[in-house]
Amino acid sequence: MPEITISVNGHAVSADVEPRTLLSGFLREIADQTGTHIGCDTSQCGACAVHLDGSLVKSCAMLAVEADGADVTTIEGMTNADGSLSVIQAAFVEHHGLQCGFCTPGMIMAAAALLQENPKPSEAEIREHLEGNLCRCTGYHNIVRAILAASGQDVAPIAAE
Amino acid sequence: MPKDHGIGAPSKRREDPRFLMGKGRYTDDINLPGQAYVAFRRSDVASGTITRLDISRAAAMPGVIRIFTGDDFKDAGSLPCAWEVTSRDGSKQAEPRHPILAEGVVRHIGEALAGVVAETQAEAMDAAEAIEVEISEHVPVLDMAEALKDDARPVHESLNSNQCFDWGFIEDNKAAVDAAFEDAHHVTTLELVNNRCVANPMEPRCAVAEYNKGTEEYTLYSTTQNPHVIRLMMGAFVLSIPENKLRVVAPDVGGAFGSKIYHYGEEAFVTRAAGLLGRPVKWTSSRSEAFLTDAQGRDHVTKIELALDEEGMFLAFRTDTLANMGAYLRLFSTVTPTYLHGPAAGGPYRTPLAYVRVRAVFTNTIPVDAYRGAGRPEGTYQLERVIDKAAYEMGLSPVDIRRKNFIKPDEFPYQTPLAVLYDSGNYHATLDKLLEISDFGGFEARKAAAAQRGKLRGFGFTTWVECSGLAPSQLIGQLGARAGLYESAIVRVNPTGGVTVFTGSHSHGQGHETTFAQIVADQLGIDESLIEVSHGDTAKIPFGMGTYGSRSGAVGGAAILKATEKVVAKATRLAAHLMEADEADVSFSDGMFTVRGTNKSLDWSSVALAAYVPHNYPAGEMEPGLEESAFFDPENFVYPAGAYGCEVEVDPGTGETDVVGFWAADDFGVVINPMIVAGQQHGGVAQGIGQALREHTVYDASGQLLSGSFMDYSIPRASDVPSFVVDHSCQTPCEHNPLGVKGCGEAGAIGSPPAVVNAVVDALRGGGHDAITHIDMPLTPQRVWKAMQAG
Repeated sequence: MPEITISVNGHAVSADVEPRTLLSGFLREIADQTGTHIGCDTSQCGACAVHLDGSLVKSCAMLAVEADGADVTTIEGMTNADGSLSVIQAAFVEHHGLQCGFCTPGMIMAAAALLQENPKPSEAEIREHLEGNLCRCTGYHNIVRAILAASGQDVAPIAAE
Repeated sequence: MPKDHGIGAPSKRREDPRFLMGKGRYTDDINLPGQAYVAFRRSDVASGTITRLDISRAAAMPGVIRIFTGDDFKDAGSLPCAWEVTSRDGSKQAEPRHPILAEGVVRHIGEALAGVVAETQAEAMDAAEAIEVEISEHVPVLDMAEALKDDARPVHESLNSNQCFDWGFIEDNKAAVDAAFEDAHHVTTLELVNNRCVANPMEPRCAVAEYNKGTEEYTLYSTTQNPHVIRLMMGAFVLSIPENKLRVVAPDVGGAFGSKIYHYGEEAFVTRAAGLLGRPVKWTSSRSEAFLTDAQGRDHVTKIELALDEEGMFLAFRTDTLANMGAYLRLFSTVTPTYLHGPAAGGPYRTPLAYVRVRAVFTNTIPVDAYRGAGRPEGTYQLERVIDKAAYEMGLSPVDIRRKNFIKPDEFPYQTPLAVLYDSGNYHATLDKLLEISDFGGFEARKAAAAQRGKLRGFGFTTWVECSGLAPSQLIGQLGARAGLYESAIVRVNPTGGVTVFTGSHSHGQGHETTFAQIVADQLGIDESLIEVSHGDTAKIPFGMGTYGSRSGAVGGAAILKATEKVVAKATRLAAHLMEADEADVSFSDGMFTVRGTNKSLDWSSVALAAYVPHNYPAGEMEPGLEESAFFDPENFVYPAGAYGCEVEVDPGTGETDVVGFWAADDFGVVINPMIVAGQQHGGVAQGIGQALREHTVYDASGQLLSGSFMDYSIPRASDVPSFVVDHSCQTPCEHNPLGVKGCGEAGAIGSPPAVVNAVVDALRGGGHDAITHIDMPLTPQRVWKAMQAG
C-alpha cells in the first residue's frame, strides 16, 4: 500500500492507504475530520466538498493518492484563528442557512470558494455556483441569503420570511 | 418590535455552531473500538425464487468474519407494521411477513439476500460481491391495476391476491354521497397520478450496534426519527430483547422527511450480529443503497369526482384510489393512505358529503411509506386539481370557487363529513393574505409582459388544511393504531438554576434544541442560554414517540410546557415557605418570586438552590429536588391551513417550466420561532416543487429501478427554485393544546404540488391550449411539450 502525506488543516497526516481509498474516506477515517460528509456515491451532492490547494473539490471524486502532498482544508479548518465562526459561518447562523446540518460543510466550502473568486455575487450567480451542492432541508432560500449577507450585500431583495 | 426572548422570538439556533464547525455527531461519525463492518448482497431482480446462494467462496475471502443469510434470521419476527386497517367487508389488512434477509424468495429490487461482516468496509463489499447467487426470475407485478386482476401472480404466495385492504371512509356515508351525485347540477371528474418520490435526506441511513456480554446490554446507534419506537418495535417484535437491555441512540440525524421513521432490517441485523460476534458492527448506506432500501413515498392512482350545484357550491366528492404498498408493509404503510389521508381530504371546504375509497396493493417494488405530508399531499393534490378543473368547466375563477366554498370563520369548531372536528381556522384570512403578498392583482400585467418575451405565464392556487400533530391515542386506537401517540418530557432544574429538558421528540433539522428552550424560557423568565435540551437517547429520555406528522411542537412541546408548569408550581410552594408567605400570595414572573403587597422577593436560582440544599424546607410536605415529568396526549389532531400561490413561465418551444414566484400564507396557530417556521416552509415548498416538476421514481418492465441515483432522480438544485415569500401572520391558535401551536413541518410539501400544476395548466390554457385540463406530475419539459402538441 502506498504511503501518502496530506496536509489537513495545516497538520501533516501520513498513512499507508489502499490505492482505492477516496480522499473523502482518508479525511473521515484517517485524518478524523468527520465534518466532511458523504451524501452520495455519484459526486452529485457536494457534502464532501473541501479545498485542495485552494480549489474547491469534491473529495469523493478523487483518490487519496492523488492528493499526496496537497494542502487540504476541511470544514474543521474554516473558523477564524481564534476559533470563532468566520463571516460566512456567522451569516449562516444569522440567516438560518442550515437545518439538519449535513450538507452544511459542503455549502460553507462552496460559499468560501465563490466569495474568493467573486466577492459580490448576484443571487443568480450564487444559485448557479451552488449547482454542485444539494440541500434537502432549506429550499436554498436562506443559504442564498446567508451567502449574500456574507458578501456584505443587501439581503432585502430576498424575503426574510 | 419582534420579541427577543421566549415564545415568538426569532432566536438563533443553538445547534448551528457545531454543524458549521464540522462538529456535528452523526451516526456515521461514531466508530466503536473493535468495530466490524457489514455489506449486504442485494437482489438485482425484482421477483424470483432463490435457487442458489453459495457463500463458500466469499466466506474464505480476506477479512471476512461471518456471512449471514435468511436462515440466520428465520427465528426473528417480521419487520412490523404499526397500524391495522380494516377493509370495507370487515376483514383485516393482509400483512405478510417482512423478513430481515430474504427467505427463499425476492420481492423487490434491492432486497437483502445476505450480510457479510468483515474487518473493513471494503472487505465486506468485496466478499458480498463474491457470493454466488442464482435467482429463477418471475415476471414482476408492477402496475397496480394489473396486480389486482384475478390472474395476477401474488407478490406473496401466502396470499391469494395482491390486495392489502379495500378501505372506505366513511362507508356508512357512501349511499348518501352517491345519491348527491345523481342529483347534481354538474360533476367534474379527474383521473390523476400522485408520483412516487424518494425522500432523500442528505444523510444516508447508518446503524452501528454493540453488545456488552457482561451486562447483556445492547446499544444501537441509528439514523432514526424515533429511537423509543425502534427500541419497542425491534426489541419486542423482532429480536426479543427486553427494553431494559436495549438502548437506542439517535444522535445528530441529517434530515429524514419520514424515511427514517421505520424500523429497518439493517438495524436488526447489526444489533443481532453485534451480539453473536461479540464486537460492534456498523452499516452505512450508500446513496445507491438508499434508493433501493429507504421507504419511498406517495404513488397513488386516483379518480376523483366533485359534484356541484349551479352556483358552484360543492355538494359532494368521492375518490377511488389505488395506493402502492410496494412489496412489504413498513411501520406506517397502511395508515398513510387511510387515516393520514382521508380525514383531511375535504380541505377547507364546507362540502357536506364525502367518501374516500382506497385499495392498497402489493407490487414487486420497493416498499412505500410516509414521506413529508404522508397521505395529506395526495388528498390535497386530488382535491385542488379537481376544483381547478371544475372552475374551468363552470366558468368560475379559481379564487371565487374556493372562497365561496370555504368554511366560514364563525363556523368553528367545524364537524366535517370525514370524521374530524376542525377546531379553529380562518381560511378567508390566509387567502386574502396570499392575494396581498403575491400581488395577484398585478398578475395580468406580468402575464402580458411574459407573452411579449414569448413565454406563457400562469398562476396557480392551493388552499388546504391538513390533519397533523399525531395524535389522540384513544381515537387512533379505535382506528387500528397499535401504539399511543402522546409525548413525554422531563424538566430538570439543576441546583444553580439552569435547566435540562428531556424530550421524546427527536430533532433532525427542526431546531428543537432552540424552540423547546424558548418554551421553557418563556415560562421561567430565565435566559434561553441557561436551558439545555436533550433528546434522542432511550437511556436518558423516559419514553417518546418521536418526530413525524408535524407533531413535535403540538405534542412534544405541550408535554414540555406541562412539565414546566409543574416545576413552577412546586417552586412557588417552596418560595412561599422560604418567604414565610401564603402560597396564594406568591406570584412568579420574569424569574422572580414575589409576595404580593410586600417587598419580599426571591429569584429563581435561590429557590432552585434551596430545593437541592433543603436546610430550610417544608419537610414532610414536599420532597427535595426540582424535577417534573409530564406526558401529553392531545384530545384532537391539529389543523394547520394555508393558501399558496405559484407563478410559472412555460417556454412553449421546449415545454420547460420556470417557477418565477412562490408565495405561502400559512396559519400555524401560535408560532414559537418565526425564523425556524419560515425555514420549514421554504424546505417543504422546495420538496413540493421537486415533486411537481422533477422527481419521479421509475421502474422498467423488469422491475429495475431506473431512477437509482442523483444522476437519474432529480431533486431540486439551488437554481431550480426561486426565493420564496412566506407568511405566517394569520394565526388562529389551536384550541386543545396549551401552546396553541398547529404544526408546520409538512405544510409546504402538502400545499405546493397542486399550486405548481395548477399554475402550469393555467399558463397553457391562457396560451391557447384550452383543451388541456391536466398533466400528471412530474411536469417535465417532455410531458408539458407533448400536452401542448395534443391540446
